[in-house]
Amino acid sequence: MSLKLKALLKSPWVFHLSTGSCNNCDIETLDCLTPRFDIERFGMLLVGSIKHADVLLVSGSCNRMSVERLKVLWDQVPKPCLVVAIGTCTGSRGLFIDSYNCPVPLDKIIPVDVYIPGCPPKPEAIIAGAVKLIQKVGGTL
Amino acid sequence: MTFIYLVVFGFAATAVLGLITSWIDRKVTARVQYRVGPPFLQPFIDLVKLLGKETVIPSGASRGVFLSAPLLGLTGVIVVSTILWVNQFFAEGFAGDWIVIIYLLAIPSLSLIIAGFASGNPLASLGASREMKLVIAYELPFILALLVPVISANSIRISGILEAQTTGIFAGSISGILAIIVAILCVQAKLAFVPFDIPEAETEIVEGPLVEYSGPGLAIFKLMKNMLFFVLPFFLIILFFGGLRLDGINLLWTILEYVGIVAIITVIRNTNPRVRIDQAVRFFWGPMTLIAAVAVILALNGL
Repeated sequence: MSLKLKALLKSPWVFHLSTGSCNNCDIETLDCLTPRFDIERFGMLLVGSIKHADVLLVSGSCNRMSVERLKVLWDQVPKPCLVVAIGTCTGSRGLFIDSYNCPVPLDKIIPVDVYIPGCPPKPEAIIAGAVKLIQKVGGTL
Repeated sequence: MTFIYLVVFGFAATAVLGLITSWIDRKVTARVQYRVGPPFLQPFIDLVKLLGKETVIPSGASRGVFLSAPLLGLTGVIVVSTILWVNQFFAEGFAGDWIVIIYLLAIPSLSLIIAGFASGNPLASLGASREMKLVIAYELPFILALLVPVISANSIRISGILEAQTTGIFAGSISGILAIIVAILCVQAKLAFVPFDIPEAETEIVEGPLVEYSGPGLAIFKLMKNMLFFVLPFFLIILFFGGLRLDGINLLWTILEYVGIVAIITVIRNTNPRVRIDQAVRFFWGPMTLIAAVAVILALNGL
């Protein structure tokens, strides 16, 4: 594993993006930053600007309005960047599967590295997903 | 010899100590919030990671200025720290190096302003204009407070100030205590920490001037800020506490002074809300300038 990748896995700064979710996944994601779970132990920080991000946390059902913004953000993010799909909506569109407004799931739009199912997923599940992401990219899974 | 001073002390030693300082800051912040906090090497890992990332240049930015602004700021900090290290351990400085340091300490803020306006982002411009107002606000009390050791030592050379403190440190006098209170609050604003993180308010204008920076540019800015986080307490220790002394028990005393100043800055940062820019200007031009002026008058009377 190169030094670049090693450093990336030791300090993944996350950017949180909601593509029209019901806010439940967002609340559970922010729970991970609270003192109880404290993901800064692993070097993770929540950043406000997409230009500083290494990991894109996407939640929501990718509706027609937000997909354009999602694509712009994906073009702006400095590579290498990993994508985590949080919640059932991003993975399979959940109960919006028949909606006119949610034509495709997230992985048809941008490459997704790890899926965390749940409606909403518990903070423990999100942390477990992050660990699996690190193992997958680091080649130990 | 100049090369060794610049690269080994001015850059490498300052960078390592600055990154360690930023780890202390993050760890203390975490402990205040009942968290565990990042591991010791975290600032170094962040730096390596950022250096390996892609640089995205926004289409509205002016390319040359956007890319050279971080280097400008880093150069300023390196020169300041070189002057301080050389005065501390190696040779006598030149007459008026105190003035040169005050000038050079404005360069990092200046580079942030340039970076903000070159980014072509409304949030960055907003941050840069706030940074400009903040510089105007804190420079007056900062210079007045730093004038106190110059008056007490009756010398405008850093080596003269250090020499005058061999008998007794300036932090022991009334004027010194008042000046150090003002100076620490100005350092807080210079480092753009809460409550004076108005130019970089993360929750409001997402890091202000740094919003468009990615990869190596951001890494250099972070490094510059961390180096400044070492250089400013170091400067205060030289002016008010008689400098770093590394012989015997004095080594422990030096480390305690340094970590103490850093801890005070961190605790102020963790226990205060962000103020508005007009409140910050009023705070620095009102009470802070007044206290600094009183300190200068007391120092002129030998107190």
